[in-house]
Amino acid sequence: MCLAIPGKIADIKDGYAEIDYGGVSKRASLRLFENAKVGDCVLVHAGFVIQILDQDAGDELEKIFEEITGLMGEEEMISSSDKEENSLTGKEK
Amino acid sequence: MKYEIEDIKKRIAELAEKREQVTIMEVCGTHTASIRKYGIQELLPDNIRLVSGPGCPVCVTDQGDIAAAISIAAQQNVIFTCFGDMMRVPCGDTSLYSLYERGKDIRIVTSPMDALHIARKNPDKQTVYFGIGFETTAPLTAALIEAADECGIQNLSVLSAHKTMPQAITQLLKNGSCIDALICPGHVASIIGADTFSFVSSELMLPAAVAGFEAYDIMVALLCIMHMLETGEKKCVNMYPRAVTRHGNKEALSLLYKVFEPCDVLWRGLGEICDSGLGIKECYEKFNATHKFDIHIHDNYKDSDIEEAKGCICASILCGKSIPDDCANFGGACTPDKPLGACMVSSEGCCAAYYNYKNIK
Repeated sequence: MCLAIPGKIADIKDGYAEIDYGGVSKRASLRLFENAKVGDCVLVHAGFVIQILDQDAGDELEKIFEEITGLMGEEEMISSSDKEENSLTGKEK
Repeated sequence: MKYEIEDIKKRIAELAEKREQVTIMEVCGTHTASIRKYGIQELLPDNIRLVSGPGCPVCVTDQGDIAAAISIAAQQNVIFTCFGDMMRVPCGDTSLYSLYERGKDIRIVTSPMDALHIARKNPDKQTVYFGIGFETTAPLTAALIEAADECGIQNLSVLSAHKTMPQAITQLLKNGSCIDALICPGHVASIIGADTFSFVSSELMLPAAVAGFEAYDIMVALLCIMHMLETGEKKCVNMYPRAVTRHGNKEALSLLYKVFEPCDVLWRGLGEICDSGLGIKECYEKFNATHKFDIHIHDNYKDSDIEEAKGCICASILCGKSIPDDCANFGGACTPDKPLGACMVSSEGCCAAYYNYKNIK
């Protein structure tokens, strides 16, 4: 139910954004995020843009992760970086 | 990210070796489905148990609300609209879907705004939208009511079964439970903000992580939780920063509380929880379907008409006390094709997620 799909704003007209989901386009309301701009990557939930995605957050997540786990500088966590990529990780790197 | 799932899995296993049993609850149906879909439980050592809480809106909607929906949808001159999942939730020997099969005008929508278009196209009929969902979805219903008000639409109303998550988490976990940590719902947090979940660590004294929905997101959140359990730190960490800010979506929250106000509501499995529902404010009362159709939820129904199927343990599953495998009906009498209980209806329901991905090892 709380499923939200990421997409990119291709156009904005009359309070609605045309969202490009990698080739498929659909309209979404900007009522909950009126400052969104063309080119923004956004989360869309049931026809509404609910949040702008922070494209630099990958680094931030890494930083938080290292802070919490104390892994900064440890080599063992990246020991398998040369291994064949795990299919589960095929996303935002 | 530079870390691999295999490495994270190994590190989680190392941390788990030092502990007897760890039970981590997630309270989001999308997490429930992702965890099963990606086989996350199978990536973890045996002593880490992931359990689902009351995170599926379809599942937690009380039978009285379902009965109210059916009562309105059965009336003449009504177009009843809802998300598809709600159609098949059983209520005694009926459901919205069975009414549809008998010719009632019940339409599946993918956005609350669809109901506005339907109302405009059918001015001689009353269109009703069944609003379910947590803080992620409720602002959308608020937008529907606001738009209907601005456009002067008279033939639209909303049956609100919207709920808010923090009160349910508190109710479930405040008096001690077997839950050691919480995965907080990422898209609810994108609206209400990560800071809102700080009560989990400060009041309930549990480590928590706001998590995204990909396998990687969930695994890094679990590793952070295991580290906090190891060090004794009790924090709520935002592990979904690309979509969740500290304070959430202020525009959405402002609209939400322009239209709705907190009210006491019943949750399936958890009972009545103070201020955990979202009732339509008096200034928008003309859009409140319970007033328009004079529905008194729970007054008009005998318990026997709306009771759950015999042997159904959805209530216990929604509290994290049971898993679907504990249910005698699971996978036999109760399947996604023919659900007996609400948790088997939605793809985000715990039983449906267990059933759909049961062969993942």
